[in-house]
Amino acid sequence: MTELLSHTEYLVDSLPELWFGLVVVALGGYLLLDGFDFGLGILYADANEKERQTMLAAFGPVWKANEVWLVLFGTVLFAAFPVVYANLLSRHYLLVFAILLALSLRGLGSKLRGEGDDERWVRFWDACFVVGSTFSPFLLGAFVASWVLGTPSAFAPGPVAVGLTVVALCVVLGAAFLGLKTEGLLRETVARRGRMATGVYTVVLLATVAVLYGFHPELRPKIVATPTLLVVAVTAASATAFVYASARARYRLAVGGAGGIAAAFVAYVAYLLYPSVDPAVGLSIADAVVSPLPLNLASIFAVTFLPVIAIYFTVLYSVFSGPASPEESYS
Amino acid sequence: MYVTTIAGSVFAESAQTVALLLAFLTPELASRIQFGWAITIHIIFAALSVGLAPFLVYFVVQEVRTGEERYARLRKFWTKIFAVGFVMGTVTGIPMGFMFGTNFATFSEVSGELIGGPLSFEAKMAFFLEAFALGILLFGRERVSDRMYALSAFLVALGAWMSAFWILVVNSWMQTPQGYELVMKEGVPIAQLTDPMAAFFNPRFPWMYVHMQNAAVISVTLLVAGIAAYFIWKNRDSQVWQTALKVAIVVLLVTSIFQVIHGDMYGRHVAETQPHKFAAMEAHYETGAADLHIVAIPTELEAITDPRADNLYTISIPYLASFLAEGDFTAEVTGLNDFEYESPPVAWVFWSFRVMVGLGFWFVFLGLWGAYRLWRGGLYEDDRYLQALMLSAPLGFVATITGWYVAEIGRQPWIIQDVLTTAEGVSTNLGSTEATLTLVGFVVGYVLLFGVFLYVFRRILVEEAERQGTGTEDRETPESPGVIADD
Repeated sequence: MTELLSHTEYLVDSLPELWFGLVVVALGGYLLLDGFDFGLGILYADANEKERQTMLAAFGPVWKANEVWLVLFGTVLFAAFPVVYANLLSRHYLLVFAILLALSLRGLGSKLRGEGDDERWVRFWDACFVVGSTFSPFLLGAFVASWVLGTPSAFAPGPVAVGLTVVALCVVLGAAFLGLKTEGLLRETVARRGRMATGVYTVVLLATVAVLYGFHPELRPKIVATPTLLVVAVTAASATAFVYASARARYRLAVGGAGGIAAAFVAYVAYLLYPSVDPAVGLSIADAVVSPLPLNLASIFAVTFLPVIAIYFTVLYSVFSGPASPEESYS
Repeated sequence: MYVTTIAGSVFAESAQTVALLLAFLTPELASRIQFGWAITIHIIFAALSVGLAPFLVYFVVQEVRTGEERYARLRKFWTKIFAVGFVMGTVTGIPMGFMFGTNFATFSEVSGELIGGPLSFEAKMAFFLEAFALGILLFGRERVSDRMYALSAFLVALGAWMSAFWILVVNSWMQTPQGYELVMKEGVPIAQLTDPMAAFFNPRFPWMYVHMQNAAVISVTLLVAGIAAYFIWKNRDSQVWQTALKVAIVVLLVTSIFQVIHGDMYGRHVAETQPHKFAAMEAHYETGAADLHIVAIPTELEAITDPRADNLYTISIPYLASFLAEGDFTAEVTGLNDFEYESPPVAWVFWSFRVMVGLGFWFVFLGLWGAYRLWRGGLYEDDRYLQALMLSAPLGFVATITGWYVAEIGRQPWIIQDVLTTAEGVSTNLGSTEATLTLVGFVVGYVLLFGVFLYVFRRILVEEAERQGTGTEDRETPESPGVIADD
């Protein structure tokens, strides 16, 4: 073990690239899982009281575990590419705190609405929940886009377009998740919204690619290339699967379809970024990666604990499988 | 609406304050205050999590083992507090990790190889475990077996304790760094990891981990004792809260005595490894034999902000600080004037240290008093003791926070001892306006957040008091199937 660790070579030559892949996987895991929650929070906006309680019962047991994927993404980036972590966060100073605020409103809203008994209290925290659930994916999308595109500010056409795309995607994901967790009229309403959102997502995604083409000439060779076609094809197939499954009440397949859309999206993000890890300052993977010893050590931890984390999620989602009941809230 | 009105007027006032602050807050100062303030609030919830988790394990195991209602009641009550505290802990904790990047980017670059890893280990080993197990603990009572349920409580505790483990690995490394080598990379010095075992298990780590975890347990024990005292004071025959009080007194007795002994030895270690921090703890400016000031009272205002042994009315034991530092009554203790770098803010360190130590002895006294009453009888009738416990309920957290100030403010001007100063660690591209804006946001936001926490806490207490009032607390409360909530 010590010998392995005192090595001055990477355990495998492509370890830095594998860690770039792990950063992307963490980001994708976060988009998928907290995407369920954000979408749920957006769909929550026009649900009635009983429906809201059902939705919160579906949300309660899993969101904390889902949100940890954001921390995983941040710390994996920090562990492998500390320079990128430092540059990226200090460059987007106010945006990072805006994201944290939005996430906090989301988390607090869901928990605190049940801790007071007057109507205004409940409405206030409901509003926080919806606002937080809407702004979190928008700001996160804009943040990631600004990173990938190397724009100095996230309030540029590219990042804003990507932010809107992510919001639409989260509604699809939320609808897919709620298909598993609700019953009856609520399930039908949500499924219908999800199908609409799929259409919106497709349109916004195409518009976003057009915006990127227009505002980022340096990306044009990448945009007009086979991988873009592949992403479009996977997105189209997944979206079709989602719409088909959702209309026929095949909810597991619908989750698969929504997941496919999200996976295609994240893969495209990685494709646009690679082989750079911070285009704004021109850092490549090789420039930014930590030395062999800490990366080897981190790899051993990752290989050990990622399967354990997979077990947690399997157990958690199976303990709380099936439709949630509105009475089933903790407080 | 009232919440938004308050928020609105707070916002208007903040805008004016921001304008004023901008005149003198540098990005460095704003970042330091912001981090310090954020951790002041976060540490309350972190300690709540770490300290309460073992109590939950005990209540759940007893509930499952004996099937007695009183343990179920205690489990339900404290799980609620834990749940609210956990959400607050998450909300206040996530920004801390991101602040390394936003506010202390240079520090993150320099020490990324050493602290990035442990932070990611914390996420992988602790956060996922805690979030997963808590989902089951809070929502799964009717969905999983007794054994699985008890296991989930244990795993929540394990997660909380492992989380603290990795955070303190990072922090202690900053106090006594080793296991690295400084190399220049594109003009920036980078601490390259050379020996993970040496770096993670650096000299400070065991001291800090034991002291901090025990402080968290003491904090929660006092909270449990204070609340139990309150309910017993209202209803002397409450079986439920008598049980809680007995457990708390036993735990308090053991942990508070241990903390004083351990703290004394810890002090000696600090004197060896961070002499300037030790000097600041005693406001010791001139090199020479040092006295230990047991009680220090400022006689003029200036002595509060600039404590020097001569300016204070003190009750001191001559030469004892020398003995504490070196094990020798005549040993020379280097004074603050003789360090090559600037002193830490002495007033903060000196007074925080006194508050922490003073409270530490008070907790020992409370533990002994309670143990005596437990042994000789009359515990539930001793109004003076019950009142002392009620008033002391938040004091463990005060001691924890001030202890943290001693450790963190005492290490200034260094962010990594003898390697990098805090001023050098701050993000170079950070503007005064941005830094001040977020600082004000954190101050206002966390005050509101803490207010909300107290409101919710009070409501949980009132509910429990009402249950006591109707006399239903010790009877089996009928519950509809599938319902975990008892309200």
